[in-house]
Amino acid sequence: MIRDSWRIVKLGLKSLMLHKLRSSLTTAGILFGVASVIAMLAVGEGASQQALEQYRDMGVTNVLVRSVRPEETQQSSSNMWSVLDYGITYAEADRIQNLLPQSQVVRVREVQRGVMRGEAFRVTVVVGTQPEFLEVSNMKLAEGRWLTDLDLRNQENVCVLGHSLARLLFPLENPIDQTILAGTEDRFRVVGVLAAQGRAAGPNGTTYDECAFVPLTSSRRRFGDTIRNLTTNRFELTELHEVKVKLASSDQVEGAATVLREMLRPAHQTRGDTEITVPLELLQQEEESKRMFNIVLAVIASISLLVGGIGIMNVMLATVTERTREIGIRRALGAKKKHVVQQFLVEAAVLSALGGLVGVALGMVVPRVITARFDVKTVVLPEHVLLAFCISAAVGVVFGIYPAWRAANMDPVEALRHE
Amino acid sequence: MDRASRPVVAEFDAVHRHYRMGENVVRALDGVSVRIHQGDYFAIMGRSGSGKSTMLNILGCLDRPTAGRYLVGGRDVSQLDDDALSEVRGREIGFIFQSFNLIPQLTVLENLEVPLFYQGRVGAESRRKAEHLAERVGLGKRLEHKPLELSGGQQQRVAIARALMNDPLFLLADEATGNLDSNTEQEILALFDDLRRDGVTIVVVTHNQKVADRAEFTLWLRDGRVERLDDNRRPAEAAP
Repeated sequence: MIRDSWRIVKLGLKSLMLHKLRSSLTTAGILFGVASVIAMLAVGEGASQQALEQYRDMGVTNVLVRSVRPEETQQSSSNMWSVLDYGITYAEADRIQNLLPQSQVVRVREVQRGVMRGEAFRVTVVVGTQPEFLEVSNMKLAEGRWLTDLDLRNQENVCVLGHSLARLLFPLENPIDQTILAGTEDRFRVVGVLAAQGRAAGPNGTTYDECAFVPLTSSRRRFGDTIRNLTTNRFELTELHEVKVKLASSDQVEGAATVLREMLRPAHQTRGDTEITVPLELLQQEEESKRMFNIVLAVIASISLLVGGIGIMNVMLATVTERTREIGIRRALGAKKKHVVQQFLVEAAVLSALGGLVGVALGMVVPRVITARFDVKTVVLPEHVLLAFCISAAVGVVFGIYPAWRAANMDPVEALRHE
Repeated sequence: MDRASRPVVAEFDAVHRHYRMGENVVRALDGVSVRIHQGDYFAIMGRSGSGKSTMLNILGCLDRPTAGRYLVGGRDVSQLDDDALSEVRGREIGFIFQSFNLIPQLTVLENLEVPLFYQGRVGAESRRKAEHLAERVGLGKRLEHKPLELSGGQQQRVAIARALMNDPLFLLADEATGNLDSNTEQEILALFDDLRRDGVTIVVVTHNQKVADRAEFTLWLRDGRVERLDDNRRPAEAAP
């Protein structure tokens, strides 16, 4: 049985070798279809995994309220010395805590400062926050300790360094108990170093790996509420840059988000100086858009494989006509209709499966090239490869049915007479 | 053994084959009856339009009579369906064609194995048999060649070996020497004589008198009817 099947496949290959160019061109139709399907799926999967990771890092039980610098009008920007006042206030953060008593509310200030230690210097963001920040942001400590309630109460001049900032400022020594300078006069003692986060999330395009973390109270006392923005050179009055709200479970997220939107609307809607980010919603949107993407992809894939399939059908019809006499001979020598059908179906399937096989190989290489060249994350899932290959083989069979049926239903007498 | 006591391998019993061409009915065969016994060497002759080809097609189970019965090895095959007829062709009949009809992309060995393939009998045994038959037709060293690498005479020898692969009840040759020069024709006819001596039943359809003369019987067809049946045997042979 297996030997016979192998014989039929071998026979199919032999017959296809009769027209090498024609067979390879037909195969190419399937090849590129399969390769592009796999490559597109890989890019889509990569993008969506990256997005999902990012949103998961933001915390699926979190709701993030950020202050947003409003668009400046001509009038306000003309006065260099006027203070731009925007964003969430301490009072609002307290109200959030009252409205959502079950939740953890973490206040965050982000102050841009040049951070220095000896020769090493880096402009970065000094994050003033509370002890709960570590848990809510899902971050880990590598060395030393994190900020404590006592640090906050005493407005201690201590700091915890992000992983890469620690590396930059202390390339050779242990940073713990060393002192760094933030700005021109504020000294902080390093008490801990965070583990590498390796992700993009962070304030204003800076990753948390590059930030320094100080007690919220120290930030307020040292830097004041009015801060000179180093980028725009404007004075800005922003009490808090972000409030992270961690809910007890993800099914409370939606309700909390609604409460927060309602609460912030009166004071902030017209200025548009706050923004609520709900990672869970983003996650769901991403999943939804991934579904859409998959549907679009399925349509494109079907079209390209349909085109490939038509190519196969075309070639198989030509083959059947050309080999009419062979069909007659085989019928005279005892082949039943089913044998003829089988022969031509196998040929069509071999044709498209070969295309599928090479297409799979190409489809696995292309995403690597894309990743290497454009720094885009791509993920080739084995089930996608298998799916693309199976579809390609199935296309051969489906589009081979009619030509094979035609071959089998030829009158043997006519077929033998065919020149 | 005398002819009458040998079994009948193919029998036409008042076979009609009519085609409808628009309003007209063409009577390609119009009540042909004949018996071919095992070991016979039979020639069917006639001018074109005499019904030769139709008779060949029915003899070869490629076509069915419109009326009458056709028996192969005593079994009525006139009403069999397509699959069953294929089965009969594959097991009982050995075809030899004018244009050899080998499959070009297969080697000689693979061509020889085609008839057994459809009966699921390809394996070491079929290979031995193919080697043996190739030897017998004088092509033992050409098993791995492709048909187009062989001369016409050699191709026809392969075709004859192929026709013998399934141990058929009879060989059915359609103008088997029509595409060959006269020397090669003689070689092939000599091979038929050899086979005939070994007891192989041979039916040749031809319009070539030289070919027909080698046969024991010549059936003359005219307008779809049997004109006459000549017995070419020498008297000693012909005695019952």
